[in-house]
Amino acid sequence: MSQYGQVQVKDNRYKFRGDFHRLEQHMPIRNADEGWKLVGVTKPRDMTYVHTYGGEAIFFESLSQGKLLATKCENPACEANGSIFQPFRIYCPDCLSKGTVIDMTDLAKKSATVHTFMVCERSGAFNMLDKPIRFINIEFENVCTILFSYLLVGEPHMGMRVVPVFKYHNPTYTILDLSWVPAGTKAESLPEGFGF
Amino acid sequence: MGSRIIIERYTKGQVRLAVLTTRHKRGQMIKFSQQQLKTPKFMRPVYLVTAGQSKYGRAIPEKRTEELCIDALTMAAELLNLTPAELKKYIHTCYYGHFADHFGDQLLGEAVIHDRLGLDPLGNVGIKSGGATGGSTLWEAAKAVASGYSDCVLAMGWERMDEVPTDEGNFLIACAADRDWESPMGQIYTGYYAVMAQKYWQVFGKAEASFRRTLAEISVKHHGYARFNPFAHGAMKITVDDVLMSPMVADPLRALDACLMSVGAACAILCDEDTAMELTENTKNKPLRIWVTAGSHTLRPADRRTMEIPLLPNETADQYKKLGKEFPGADRYPGFTGFLAARIAAYYAYRMTGVTDPTADFDVIELHDAFTISDVQTYEDIGIRPYGHGRDYVESGDCYHTNPHTGRPGKLPSNLSGGLIGCMHAVGASGIMQVFEIASHLWGRWAEVHGDEKRWKEFGREKPADWTDLQVTGAKRALSVSHAGVGSHVTATVLMDPDHLLKKDA
Repeated sequence: MSQYGQVQVKDNRYKFRGDFHRLEQHMPIRNADEGWKLVGVTKPRDMTYVHTYGGEAIFFESLSQGKLLATKCENPACEANGSIFQPFRIYCPDCLSKGTVIDMTDLAKKSATVHTFMVCERSGAFNMLDKPIRFINIEFENVCTILFSYLLVGEPHMGMRVVPVFKYHNPTYTILDLSWVPAGTKAESLPEGFGF
Repeated sequence: MGSRIIIERYTKGQVRLAVLTTRHKRGQMIKFSQQQLKTPKFMRPVYLVTAGQSKYGRAIPEKRTEELCIDALTMAAELLNLTPAELKKYIHTCYYGHFADHFGDQLLGEAVIHDRLGLDPLGNVGIKSGGATGGSTLWEAAKAVASGYSDCVLAMGWERMDEVPTDEGNFLIACAADRDWESPMGQIYTGYYAVMAQKYWQVFGKAEASFRRTLAEISVKHHGYARFNPFAHGAMKITVDDVLMSPMVADPLRALDACLMSVGAACAILCDEDTAMELTENTKNKPLRIWVTAGSHTLRPADRRTMEIPLLPNETADQYKKLGKEFPGADRYPGFTGFLAARIAAYYAYRMTGVTDPTADFDVIELHDAFTISDVQTYEDIGIRPYGHGRDYVESGDCYHTNPHTGRPGKLPSNLSGGLIGCMHAVGASGIMQVFEIASHLWGRWAEVHGDEKRWKEFGREKPADWTDLQVTGAKRALSVSHAGVGSHVTATVLMDPDHLLKKDA
């Protein structure tokens, strides 16, 4: 019986358990217009990748705890000294010194506005969001970058004040655990699993 | 720091920058050093002597990728009256542009093609830079000749996007975005670019219905020109209303605003002067000087910080002083309305080649029209029109082969191939296809290459009864721009007739 692939790190090494790939039969591709001659074969493949968040793990872990972390360059010799980066960057892009991790949840609650947005009717395979997807880019006071995310409730417009919501229950431990709703949205309007 | 507009000027050699953006609440603006903005220089002249391409299609199940590459190389040889074997004897190194290994499920696909082209024992390398892969391949090839390492190089690009269903294709393309911060959101790369399009649409386009129609005109133009191109697979005789009624992809962009997904290959042969003269002797191909430059910007648009506008030679700091007032929301450069990488590629290319006004100095161009709106954004990034006024290039009729308002030749015709919207977007080949197209104008061979009845028949396509010769009469200089997705990589390729250079020591 197959079992989902699971991984943990022990003694600084990955320990794998379960199935990480499944074998399926190749199937012929034939040309219906030319006497069903062979054209090629299908190449089915189902495999699971393993991926580390490295120095960003703290950011993804914090989302399901209701915290939005960012980094700040505090290198006095750097031109970007004082810049806050969201997306969270492990290193300052200018001086490459390690950024100081800061909690910007309150800052986001007070100052997040939609810089731009897009309502997208389509998605690719393996999409986990409901369509249409309301992509938004968010500006914050004193933050030099513009975070890309998605709006969970309502219709976006530029300049719209939004506040972060977090997936506390059944988190995915991905960027999907962070979303946004219009300022003033009531807790009861949030989809299951999300909270302020 | 307040929100006042700051104007500063730096005059250090060729570095002129204008600080136009508000500095409030965003931390320091990033700056580029003089060393970073140095005008690139080739150690010796580089020439394009020939180019070739395969048929393009949404799917070409009857051919393996190597067959398409051999078609392209064979065509390049034929334009020099040579056999492929004769041309191959000149090639010293090979540069292969192939963006997505996983589309074809073949890692190191470049090695497969190199092997099938029978080019051992030559050094070869694969180039990947998303949508700009074709342009980047030419960039590497040009430098190999310019440095003296090789006297003759092959730049070959291809893509095979027909071996997965469209939604899986979208997933694979989304793998080129940041896998942790972007791709999980919809697994649809179009969406990551579309937020930029929306910003441009609202800030510079002011969400006007008239601008929406201008965008549609671009689609009509590119699908229409593709009708005269036997290589193209997006030929359509459509109207503005057809575009406006096509299915919505991401408002305001509709299906007919978007580029094609394609299969196909294109190649170019670059040489030093002696080899170029030898290879083109008694042929219709005059060796063309070629320069390629490249720029970049963050893979995630989210990381884009405010900066000064790097000025092109035909711009002044003063002209952007009131940009934020004229277009509310445009006070953050490049924000999401412009592509810094395109601006920088042009910045280097114009200074390298002596271009002072792209509209006047070039005779024909091919731009990376991934979407109609990104085509307009590029007009501004490369200085054909100032920021905020890109639409005028279309509305004036300057971008047409024949200006529809005057009936006279367009001032600077663009995408006469049909571009990515009408001809193809076989990613690794696109930037090379563009160069093939502009070169055919400079060689005066556009009609011969595109009008050949035999070629139409061989590709299984019907030559339209109203087929029109789109040769740009007397074309001497041309530009093409190859661009990756949200603008992470962009290249600018300049071709010039060596008897019509703008700068003697270029």
